Amino acid sequence: MKKELGILILLVVLCAITAIMNHRFLAPENLQNTARLIGAYGLLGLGLGAVIITGGIDLSVGSVLALLGVLLSMAIRQWGVPGFAAVLLIVGAAMGLGWLHGFLVARVRIQPFIVTLCGLLFYRGLARFIADDETKGFGDAVGLERLQSLATGNLLGVPAPFVLLIAVAALMWVLIHRSVYGRYLFAVGNNEDAARYSGINSKRMIASAYIVCAALAGIAAVIFAFYTNSVSPSSHGNFFELYGIAAAVLGGCSLRGGEGSIVGILLGTALLQVLQNLVNLLGIPSSLNFAVMGAVILIGVLADQLLKRKKGKA
Amino acid sequence: MSRTTTPLLEMRGISKRFPGVVALNNVSLEARPGEIVALVGENGAGKSTLMKILGGIHQPDAGEIRINGEAITIHSVNDSMRLGVGFIHQELNVLPNLDVAANVFLGREPRFGGFLNLIDRRRIEAETEKLLKRLGVDVSPRAQAGDLSIAHRQMIEIAKALSLDTRLLIMDEPTSSLTLAETNRLLEVVKDLRSHGVGVIYISHRLGEVTEIADRVVVLRDGANAGTLEREEMNHERIVQLMVGRDLQHVHTPKTESVQPDYFVVENLRTRRYPDKPVSFNVGRGEVLGVAGLVGAGRTEVAQALFGVEPALGGRAMLGGEELKVSSPQEAIDNGLCLIPEDRRNLGLITSWTVRENTTLATLTSYARSGLVDFAAENKAAVEMSSKLRVKTPSVETPVSQLSGGNQQKVVLAKWLLRKLKVIIFDEPTRGIDIGAKSEIYELINQLAADGAAVIVISSDLEEILRISDRIAVMHEGNLTGVLRRAEASEEAIMRLAVGSQYRGR
Repeated sequence: MKKELGILILLVVLCAITAIMNHRFLAPENLQNTARLIGAYGLLGLGLGAVIITGGIDLSVGSVLALLGVLLSMAIRQWGVPGFAAVLLIVGAAMGLGWLHGFLVARVRIQPFIVTLCGLLFYRGLARFIADDETKGFGDAVGLERLQSLATGNLLGVPAPFVLLIAVAALMWVLIHRSVYGRYLFAVGNNEDAARYSGINSKRMIASAYIVCAALAGIAAVIFAFYTNSVSPSSHGNFFELYGIAAAVLGGCSLRGGEGSIVGILLGTALLQVLQNLVNLLGIPSSLNFAVMGAVILIGVLADQLLKRKKGKA
Repeated sequence: MSRTTTPLLEMRGISKRFPGVVALNNVSLEARPGEIVALVGENGAGKSTLMKILGGIHQPDAGEIRINGEAITIHSVNDSMRLGVGFIHQELNVLPNLDVAANVFLGREPRFGGFLNLIDRRRIEAETEKLLKRLGVDVSPRAQAGDLSIAHRQMIEIAKALSLDTRLLIMDEPTSSLTLAETNRLLEVVKDLRSHGVGVIYISHRLGEVTEIADRVVVLRDGANAGTLEREEMNHERIVQLMVGRDLQHVHTPKTESVQPDYFVVENLRTRRYPDKPVSFNVGRGEVLGVAGLVGAGRTEVAQALFGVEPALGGRAMLGGEELKVSSPQEAIDNGLCLIPEDRRNLGLITSWTVRENTTLATLTSYARSGLVDFAAENKAAVEMSSKLRVKTPSVETPVSQLSGGNQQKVVLAKWLLRKLKVIIFDEPTRGIDIGAKSEIYELINQLAADGAAVIVISSDLEEILRISDRIAVMHEGNLTGVLRRAEASEEAIMRLAVGSQYRGR
């Protein structure tokens, strides 16, 4: 709980600084847009969190977004699949990919880094090939308004993706922190042998985390595709898995597995997005964007380490 | 071998105490040039501690060490290396990713090329070749160590020791993973070292080897010298007697005859470690079967096969007349089996978790409704079980890493006692546990049997085995060498079977 409190304070301080230095930060439009992005990226962070809790990693998320974004556009525009059916198809396909990752990691015992690194390369190439390297979109999205509103719409003034994130996070919170499944997930991530000796099917647990991660990436893929309305197969979703991983780590997930919290991941996601917003609003050259993000994550992790060491001595 | 030469090594009056245990009490050991001294004793007799003192890993509380007549103190393995003492450990220190020559000269490679600091490959290969030839090993210095057999890797270590100009070589269970032919080859090498004036301290459980090559046997028991036998007075019988020594008053609670002697039956179980040594035994309802043997006898492997951790290669297990199909711990648990593993910190517990979380790990679904944990019910179960087993902990929310060994073991037990158990396998249940907690665990084992479970207790502690078992199965190198009834069991009888000096039917 302490860790979440620390990052919450950091988040509030950053917001305050930004708001004081540029009052446009609190403008409804800016808040809405930031919340919209938090919603979309948060879904990725939650999924990655589940995988990281098992001690794994998923590097393929960004490429999965591109592949599924291309497929979504083509399904609707070229193959005439009705909108909602296409969405179901996309999420289903995502879960299929997740199952494959889980199978390779848990059954075949290939390191998660390698499995999903291959995924990162493979899906990106596949996306470009399928799309003929052409940007795909939904044009004016005639007849797709309701789907589009999932990404760009508001609910009582709150951006739809943010609402969706809160709903998914609530579900994930119950799953991770209150269910038997969650307890087992932490057990496997903490000490797979001890979990196995206690009768937990550790392979199935690990595989399931990759499916959860991919399913959330599938939902996010729909949102990102409609949000940008132009899926360029070579750049869409680039580095997005790293945002998710960074959010999870900032939020207290240990890459060694067995540690992490849903609230922490949400706060980590919010922090990263506010940081980006800060770079824009304070007139910092946007080319420094990544540098700022890297520095803040490093400082955050360093501070945590120092606090831990101090506590260990006391 | 003349007795007039100055001893290479003299350890006099060595004592070492660890918190709660006296590991060594006034122990002496001597080795001369060109002499093979066998050091034997039961597990825990103090052999390893004595050798760790020689290797500088532990400092003695009392006593002196002389090498070539000169009193010295040893602070590290490097110190003893400089003094001409070499170690061949049971777990070999060969790096599988390097070749033979690189392993032999690891850390002291001859260099050239000034600041470039290049390794003189030609020289290390030539010297390695010379050493290997001397040992009569037909291996290229360029062979990858990881591709070699255990026996050859051992030879690399011996070559390394020789290249360090070792005058005293300590070998800890060097033949435990070798085949018969490899063992004979190694014994020849050891004899050859002796004829070149090297002193050897040979630690082994295998009395056959000991009587074959040793010039002298030094027996340790309970951290003290139990006796020394010269070559001409050596035989199995006398060594075993010295190893076991004391007369024990057995504190055994006699049990009523087991109701169902064929309750749990294991037939021709073959493990991955000993694929061609099938093991068969049976345990009755309400019976405690002790499984004795030396470290590496294959007892843990049998337990892991039964529990589905490392599924058996063949054979079958029957419970209450029905065949068990077990290919994972999960299935084993569903069938009413459980295993309390030897390595409780890595296999029995999630040490950073609380007493509550560990206690309920194997039964969590019983405290859940539609997949969600009912924390009140979970807490209640954990509190009840902890107080029933008298786990000494501030609260059930304390991480188990903060508990003592005995209390940690009780938490492992608590985890299983929340289930309905038919077969319970303990693997070294009281290792590293203080006396008080030990007797509580013995009581529990008795209670579990009395409640109608079949209990198997693997233990290297003979006193413990004799105290709690109704029958005792003894294993030696994968074979079940005998099953002793209470009346015929004694430390000597068990030890004879454990060292493989006598085979007998069930």
